[in-house]
Amino acid sequence: MEAFDNFWAVYSNLVLTLGTNALLALSIYLTLSCGMLAMANAAFMGIGAYAAALLTMNFDAPFTLALAGGMAAPALAAFAIGQPTLRLSGVYLAMATLAFGEVVRIAILNTESVTGGALGLNGIPPSTQWWHVALALALVLFGLWRLNRSRIGRAFEAIKEDDTAAGLMGIDVAGHKLLAFVLGAMIAGLAGALNAHLTFFIGPNEYGFDRGVEILTMAILGGINGLLGPVLGAVTLTLLPELLRSLNDFRLVFNGLILVLIVLFLPQGVWDPVRLRQWFKRKGGQA
Amino acid sequence: MSTLLELNGVERHFGGLKVLQGVNLAIPQGGVFGLIGPNGAGKTTVFNLITGLQQPDGGAIRFDGRDLSGLKPHQITRLGLARTFQNIRIFKGMSLLENVMVGQHSHLRYGALGLLLASAGFRAQEQRARERARELLSWVGLESQADEVADKLSYGDQRKLELARALATEPRLLLLDEPVAGMNSAEKVEIMAVIRAIAARGFTVFMIEHDMKFVMGLCEQIAVLNFGQIIALGNPEQIRTNPQVIEAYLGRDDDEAGPAPSQGERA
Repeated sequence: MEAFDNFWAVYSNLVLTLGTNALLALSIYLTLSCGMLAMANAAFMGIGAYAAALLTMNFDAPFTLALAGGMAAPALAAFAIGQPTLRLSGVYLAMATLAFGEVVRIAILNTESVTGGALGLNGIPPSTQWWHVALALALVLFGLWRLNRSRIGRAFEAIKEDDTAAGLMGIDVAGHKLLAFVLGAMIAGLAGALNAHLTFFIGPNEYGFDRGVEILTMAILGGINGLLGPVLGAVTLTLLPELLRSLNDFRLVFNGLILVLIVLFLPQGVWDPVRLRQWFKRKGGQA
Repeated sequence: MSTLLELNGVERHFGGLKVLQGVNLAIPQGGVFGLIGPNGAGKTTVFNLITGLQQPDGGAIRFDGRDLSGLKPHQITRLGLARTFQNIRIFKGMSLLENVMVGQHSHLRYGALGLLLASAGFRAQEQRARERARELLSWVGLESQADEVADKLSYGDQRKLELARALATEPRLLLLDEPVAGMNSAEKVEIMAVIRAIAARGFTVFMIEHDMKFVMGLCEQIAVLNFGQIIALGNPEQIRTNPQVIEAYLGRDDDEAGPAPSQGERA
């Protein structure tokens, strides 16, 4: 038990970051699985983080209410910007959503009286327990798993494959894209709210372009063929720098090298059931 | 016989090019109706206008008495219109069964809660949809491959899958855009039998096709489109012997320049 306590004292932050990163990767998986390259998830995470933190700090809201606010605020934002932007596709959608992220960052910087501007928000009560993160991840995974096994999951996949044909199957393409976008924003907001109550401090630059790319990388690296992919991608990208800590100066070199190798040899991501089956079959055949 | 689909003076321009000029068509309920015409006559444009992928620049399209103008493709599909494409557009990454189940999208009615908790209603509807999808796959002879990925199908089988998927929307009018394009004669015979069986089940079929033998063998009524205008309408025998149609397909002999049809009548 003492060993566990020691482990937890050192690594609790890392384990909880694993959980919130997995949530973030799943949030962008949702829009990717509907064929949209939307890059606003870092901004939605920020909106969720600020909304939740402000609710606890300024209004003494209970934690559950703060989390709910942290999901509702980005959902509303997604609903508002989704209507005009989701008509775009491909890189144009990516550019529009990136621009939205910049708008959010600058808005936070310039509303000092509320958000603390560049200084950020300090002294957020650390209410997030490990089981909050675990429960959130479990619920999101369960919800997405159910969604994938319904007409909505099939509609997302159909839209990803061919949105014209999907529309002619009676699927409201614009409506389903908006649904995926809003649900993704809610999950990103939940991750932001949990993360804000973990780190004591949040600032506007945590939710910028770098974070957006990191979220996308986790999902793509893990693979978007199923729910396990984004989770594995988040785990890989979060743990790798820690595992390579002993390499000191060469850490980032090896970190990058391993990512390149994964992309080269597993282009569909770490979780690629078809390829894994092939590998094991080949090995079985040789034995 | 009542009219199911009606095109009234439909116009469509691309820039200065008038692709369709005052097209009038009436597709009766029941049976197989054909639309033929040389390449570039505007046949696929007619389908694109009917299904809402493009909007007409003039005229009106009515389905079962209802004006379709301004409706989105999914709304038109829900009224009971389904189509296939000249260049096949199945969902290649999904299984055959899933492809067909996508077509049933608007017929599945369960709420978010039923979906999350896998309620009895949810399971019953999904089960029924799966069974119906298997039935539709059996209509086109693909039931044994229901769980395979659509990408692996042969070209002819992909066309059949697209047909089953269109039927899954439970259409009252099925639009087929060149259902046997690129097929060999054995496959054509198969598709012909499938379409006949579908029509016999009460679906109205409206198809575009290049293959004359195929059209003549299937359709009760045929319209001919040339340079954006309907130049002939009738049963296969009337179309076969219509001089204007022959001219559109084979061109006119320069030596007989002039009103060729009247010459024929005199003879």
